[in-house]
Amino acid sequence: MKLELGIIPISDIQFGPESKVENGTIYVNAEELKALILEDEALQSVELDIARPGESVRIMPVKDVIEPRVKVSGEGAMFPGVISKVATVGSGRTNVLRGSAVVTTGKIVGFQEGIIDMTGEGAKYTPFSQLNNLVVVCEPVDGLAKHAHEKAVRLAGLKTADYIGKLAKNIEAEEIETYETVSVKEGLQRWPDLPRVAYVLMLQSQGLLHDTYVYGVDAKQSLTTVIMPTEIMDGAILSGNCVSACDKNTTYHHLNNPVIKDLFAQHGKTLNFVGVIITNENVYLADKMRSSDWTAKLCDWLGLDGAIVSQEGFGNPDTDLIMNCKKIEAKGVKTVIITDEYAGRDGASQSLADADAAATAVVTGGNANEVIHLPKLDKVIGYPEVADIIAGGFDGSLQADGSIIAELQVITGATNEMGFNTLSAR
Amino acid sequence: MSKLRVVHYINQFFANIGGEEKADYQPELREGFVGPGMAFNQNKEFADEAEIVATVICGDSYFNENVDSALETVMGMIKSQNPDLVICGPAFNAGRYGVACGTVAAAVNKAGIPAITGMYKENPGADMFKKEVYIISTKNSAAGMRDAVKKMAPLAIKVAKGEAIGASAEEGYLPNGIRKNFFEKKRGSQRAVEMLIKKLADKEFETEYEMPSFDRVAPGEAIKDMSKAKIALVTSGGIVPKGNPDHIESSSASKYGQYDISMFTDLTAETHETAHGGYDPVYANADADRVLPVDVIKEYIEEGKIGSLHQYYYATVGNGTAVASAKKYATEIGKKLVDDHVDAVILTST
Repeated sequence: MKLELGIIPISDIQFGPESKVENGTIYVNAEELKALILEDEALQSVELDIARPGESVRIMPVKDVIEPRVKVSGEGAMFPGVISKVATVGSGRTNVLRGSAVVTTGKIVGFQEGIIDMTGEGAKYTPFSQLNNLVVVCEPVDGLAKHAHEKAVRLAGLKTADYIGKLAKNIEAEEIETYETVSVKEGLQRWPDLPRVAYVLMLQSQGLLHDTYVYGVDAKQSLTTVIMPTEIMDGAILSGNCVSACDKNTTYHHLNNPVIKDLFAQHGKTLNFVGVIITNENVYLADKMRSSDWTAKLCDWLGLDGAIVSQEGFGNPDTDLIMNCKKIEAKGVKTVIITDEYAGRDGASQSLADADAAATAVVTGGNANEVIHLPKLDKVIGYPEVADIIAGGFDGSLQADGSIIAELQVITGATNEMGFNTLSAR
Repeated sequence: MSKLRVVHYINQFFANIGGEEKADYQPELREGFVGPGMAFNQNKEFADEAEIVATVICGDSYFNENVDSALETVMGMIKSQNPDLVICGPAFNAGRYGVACGTVAAAVNKAGIPAITGMYKENPGADMFKKEVYIISTKNSAAGMRDAVKKMAPLAIKVAKGEAIGASAEEGYLPNGIRKNFFEKKRGSQRAVEMLIKKLADKEFETEYEMPSFDRVAPGEAIKDMSKAKIALVTSGGIVPKGNPDHIESSSASKYGQYDISMFTDLTAETHETAHGGYDPVYANADADRVLPVDVIKEYIEEGKIGSLHQYYYATVGNGTAVASAKKYATEIGKKLVDDHVDAVILTST
């Protein structure tokens, strides 16, 4: 399966009378887009705003970040099974509005949504401070149940990204990136001497604000399976979670999965990148055992020499991570696991809730408990007062002067476990 | 501004007094630098801000065989120079020298004077003292002197000036159990791919997090007659009285709560909720008995299956809470339960 990504660099977003992409700028007719989003009866109101790199703007609580893309050719369309009809995506050409994103926010659903600062201390930790963000502020109708609220905001973000992406369908890309996964048989013939490596992508699946969707299927109701890396680039995996936002994979992370990119960079040179195994992180022990058994079985069956395992979340999923690592290693497949740490505010505590001697190769995205001080910014899109209750905040996090003292875990994507960032800890 | 006054601690070998045959050499104070001290004074970064004003020399055997008196003498010599900073070694892989350097540096630190040392990671002194003093990781022999000084000099200056110290990987000290964030040059995914390529080729690689030995607790003895037992409920599922009166955090809890449940036979959406931010709270909020099973316990008491329920339950939020914090709360809660003659505890997580 072969996919070309047509990269269209975006340097600005503006509101204007006509929605279009021109000379690196996305123009948005706000009324037209709002009307589209408000077709969902679960939403009472929606506001649009723009946050650009370096601006004194804070967005909170952030639910999801999505990169606008559009299928130019090949089967299916973006976000299959949710926004478009079910069809196998991942081949042909997809245009990417690189440098832009859709960010969803609004009244808090749970304790868990994150913060994106476009400047200052917080901006160093979130990759989304570097993007031109179209911010969608959604408010639900009165009395909407939490699960319906979460779904409405999630769909609003995807619809917006789809709407923006489609503006770039006929735009000529500045650069083409090509990614290809061959069949198991062809891979063996072409690279008989290279180690066979797969990527085990663990998906958060613990319930409200902890879910992930694969072709529209709730990952907690699915068994471990195999997916082509290019399908993920076309939006086959969507985020429904932002709990302790520092180490949750937004839809943007899935679309731009860095492990996939870095494995492709070595593909055919130092290793043979066979494909991606996706497995869930359910709360029940039986599910954990079944899913990790299945992961190890697939690694074995694919004849792998090595696997990179990325976790999503912490605590309870540490068990899934260690089970996966232990069982894959027991099959004779060498692993590197990517995680992050909860070593306490002083960094002195044990970092993970589970451990095993088999986990000899660990990459860490940093200690999410470390305390940071976010300065007051001129403008807040959303609700600053939730600083005291979001995961990583505490009573008094929001200071009288508008600054915020909280744990790093409040920052969207700060300790990402796909290895998206350079942040680490020792 | 005057330069930082530095006292250097070295052994008889590096002072050119002699090898093993002179290891019983007694403590001596000399003015200025001796031996490897020159390398520090010649390091520009170091020399711009600091100067070795005196050197304390002690034989390794003498120090280790007379720790108490030797340390007292050495400390007296060091303090007599009113130093702003003390540097010990580096000791490389010399075991007794490493232990002496660690002992002196730790004692100096305790006396309120900044001190650092340097040694090879397998020097026995490393494991003994890496949590107490900054130990720069050096090569295993004196051939690594230049490299050691290059790393020790900047850290020593920072420590002396009370500046923020970065992560071990940045500063070059041996990991001391305190995890610190810093920005690597490459993103995590690339580090993972490179680590895997090395692991596949059976080449040496360095993990970014060593797996700890896991703390396992053996269960207590079974209770033979539950009908007389006093049971307590403890949860990390965040069940709190409605409104979360103690403001227990949704993640990384800084406290636990003690709450009276003697008046309840059933927890409801009106009386209780969860403060936990790490799981879907909808079902716990609708009926907190799902996490803290008060209703079932009360039924069992009614039926005579359980003796009684302890007046208080204890709750915290497990989400993102450091193991060290959890251990601390558990120790305190455990003590209270023992004092209140509770026979058994039902622990619920989420």
